Amino acid sequence: MLAYASGRLVQTVLVLVIISFIGFLLVSNLGDPLASLLTADSTAADRAAMIKALHLDEPITTRFLSFFGGLLQGDFGISYRSHEPVAKLIAERLPATVELALASLFITLLVAVPAGVHCGVHPRSALAKAIMFGSIAGVTLPNFVVGIALIGIFSVKLGWLPSFGRGQVVDLGFWRTGLLTASGLKAIILPAIALSTFQVALVIRLIRTQLMEVGLSDHVRFARARGLTDNRIWYVYALRNTLLPVVTMLGLQLGNIIAFSVVTENVFAWPGLGSLFLQSIQAADMPVISIYLILIGAMFMVINLFVELSYPLIDPRVLRRKA
Amino acid sequence: MSRSSFAKVAAVGGVLCASLLAGVSAQAASFKFAGPLDAYTLDPHAVSNTLIFAILSNVYEPLVRRGADLKIEPALATSWKQIDDGWRFELRKGVKFADGSDFNADDVVFSFNRAKAGGVKSNLATIASAVKVDDYTVDLKTTGIDPIVPFEIVNWFIMDKEWSEKNNTVQPGSADNKTETFANRNVNGTGPYRIASRDPGVKIEFEKNPTWWDKLTGNVDKATFFVIPNNATRVSALISGEVDMIDSLPAQDTQRVAADPNLKVQAGPDLRTVYIQPDVARDELQFSDVKGKNPFKDIRVRQAMQLAIDIEGIKQKVMRGYSVPVGLPIAKEVNGFDPVLGEPTKPDVDKAKALMAEAGYKDGFAVTLDCTNDRFMGDEATCLAIAQSLARINIKVEPRAQTTGKWAQQINPPGYNTSLAMLGYSPSTYDAHLFLSSIVATRDPKSGRGTFNIGGFSDEKLDDLITKIQNEKDPTARNALLKQAMTRLKETAGFIPLHQLNILWGVKKNVDVVQPADLGFPLRYYVVK
Repeated sequence: MLAYASGRLVQTVLVLVIISFIGFLLVSNLGDPLASLLTADSTAADRAAMIKALHLDEPITTRFLSFFGGLLQGDFGISYRSHEPVAKLIAERLPATVELALASLFITLLVAVPAGVHCGVHPRSALAKAIMFGSIAGVTLPNFVVGIALIGIFSVKLGWLPSFGRGQVVDLGFWRTGLLTASGLKAIILPAIALSTFQVALVIRLIRTQLMEVGLSDHVRFARARGLTDNRIWYVYALRNTLLPVVTMLGLQLGNIIAFSVVTENVFAWPGLGSLFLQSIQAADMPVISIYLILIGAMFMVINLFVELSYPLIDPRVLRRKA
Repeated sequence: MSRSSFAKVAAVGGVLCASLLAGVSAQAASFKFAGPLDAYTLDPHAVSNTLIFAILSNVYEPLVRRGADLKIEPALATSWKQIDDGWRFELRKGVKFADGSDFNADDVVFSFNRAKAGGVKSNLATIASAVKVDDYTVDLKTTGIDPIVPFEIVNWFIMDKEWSEKNNTVQPGSADNKTETFANRNVNGTGPYRIASRDPGVKIEFEKNPTWWDKLTGNVDKATFFVIPNNATRVSALISGEVDMIDSLPAQDTQRVAADPNLKVQAGPDLRTVYIQPDVARDELQFSDVKGKNPFKDIRVRQAMQLAIDIEGIKQKVMRGYSVPVGLPIAKEVNGFDPVLGEPTKPDVDKAKALMAEAGYKDGFAVTLDCTNDRFMGDEATCLAIAQSLARINIKVEPRAQTTGKWAQQINPPGYNTSLAMLGYSPSTYDAHLFLSSIVATRDPKSGRGTFNIGGFSDEKLDDLITKIQNEKDPTARNALLKQAMTRLKETAGFIPLHQLNILWGVKKNVDVVQPADLGFPLRYYVVK
């Protein structure tokens, strides 16, 4: 087990270094940061001075090494655009994104699990057919369309919920949360719904298929032969067997949500990492984009690492195969 | 509590009540507005950027400011006059910064040196030094003769010397700083408002400065600026009533806003003027099918292009009426604009075809047009429309629309890797000379002239005129020279002017806002009824 775990760890670190190099390369080719830093009428001398100050004239490898050296020392650099430390910018924005991701995960569980079970147990009922039909829309409609439609209905037409922003936030010192105020809770509803539509549809379909398959398996047949009630069979014996893939998928989806909430955050002016990323791209703010990409890469790697490390616990055959 | 101190408290209480009552009678109001981007920084000397100036001009003040009608008026200086080697400014007495310290000549000299070390230095290029004459008099010494110094310093904001020294922010913020400067997030100005709080990229809250030396024309005592990047959401926030005004109203939403009984569209001229500039410097174009020669070197080709572009059609179809076609690459509000020369060119395809045939390009040629897709209203669509227009004279234009960052990397110095580019410019001085010296003059790395002459245009007569204008003290003679330069600019056809943009705001009907052409938000004039 130890050898397996350390092997995975080394791999993860290696991939992280490669990710940071690729991220740096991509970003250094993204655009001219001077366009947003200098005015159209600045002189050639101004430009030359700025290029020198930002070390843009040095070879890419030198720049990467100094960037990577800074990373190792915990120095993430200063944003070109806002002149603020990148670490601070990201730390300020992270809570908004994490809270949005968790809220959308909560909605996913709340809606998709009961709906999925219903569709799996009673696949022929009218309600199940309606849910399945609706879930097609959830899978196919792009995020921003859902977001704009929600704003049109709940903010403009009904005036119930705010169309943008995060409401009042409370500073806990290490974390600025919007979940403790009424305006903050109201503000998170629409973006969380918009972000969860795809997950909801996916989980419903996943659970349904799994349940239908498990329903035909031997242990369910024997349970039925023993005369157990339908409820007990489905909710205790069958459902437990279907949850494993669902949980794995939701874990990975959480990474996805944090990384790719860019569109939803943009639509709702949600002040999270996604908005920061877009603003940085517009200004070719290279330090922020590099760190963001590396951070997202690291997050996926860590989630993946946990998933892989959990395999032997779920299925001991993984270890035996290695040996 | 002793009797006398109780009396004092009672007296203060009375004053408070009185001022509260006064506040009620003036109907102090709060105002919420939203735009697509946030000011990058609150440091007034770090970056030269219109949005930063728009936000900060509510907090910091220059010596000389622009009024609601864009005319120059006294701010921290009460009067000014030209002296032998520059300009002398008499400063306003009794002005206090938000932290209570006094404003005087030391602050002006300090702010000059600070600005000269920061990103705004190009706005002060002709000013060599600031010299304190006495506590309330300052001389700005110019490198040569500069008759338009008051126009050049409207975005140069004055900071407090003591505050900056105390907070270790003597150096302006810049991208290569290893640490964040204090002034990046904190302000201490003399202006009509203070910043109560700011969440970068999210919102800025303003509150009235009770000790401001001047009087508010409007009644806004609290204002909040929200950043809402998505166009559809910004419009929704206005329609749902969450904000009172939005900047950058998309043209396609103007009808929807105008149809709403509580809202109005406020459109006004923007100083930014859009033009296209062909590469006339290279002997062979980089992005064209013509080999061994450069068709744009032939003035007839450039004239034909101007004649073929249907700028009125672009106004109607692409800009939905929200643009002002112009015949010069500068805006009507800019000093040096001439109404006769500035008359937009009438399209004449037959004449254009004849010119093309004369130049030997009857069958046309192909060329790539570089343009942005996120910089201003309808930029990409305008590019496509130009391509259609020029197809009529057999010039096959391939538009290459990119984000501003990519586009700038493509066309900007030192590479200038473009054959034809769509550009937009607004001179911060409201004077055509800045356009001429930075964009029309022959590229000269030494003097810094013509750095943004993307097409490498070069004309001796114009270069002479630009030098003469720079050195002319007398305003009448100077304007005559500007007119000569504009005439020459038009006949050489090195720049093909398209239109002046419009600023588009969606505003609630119960709000009166002033919308200056320099893209500012002067909250001091705003009235909420």
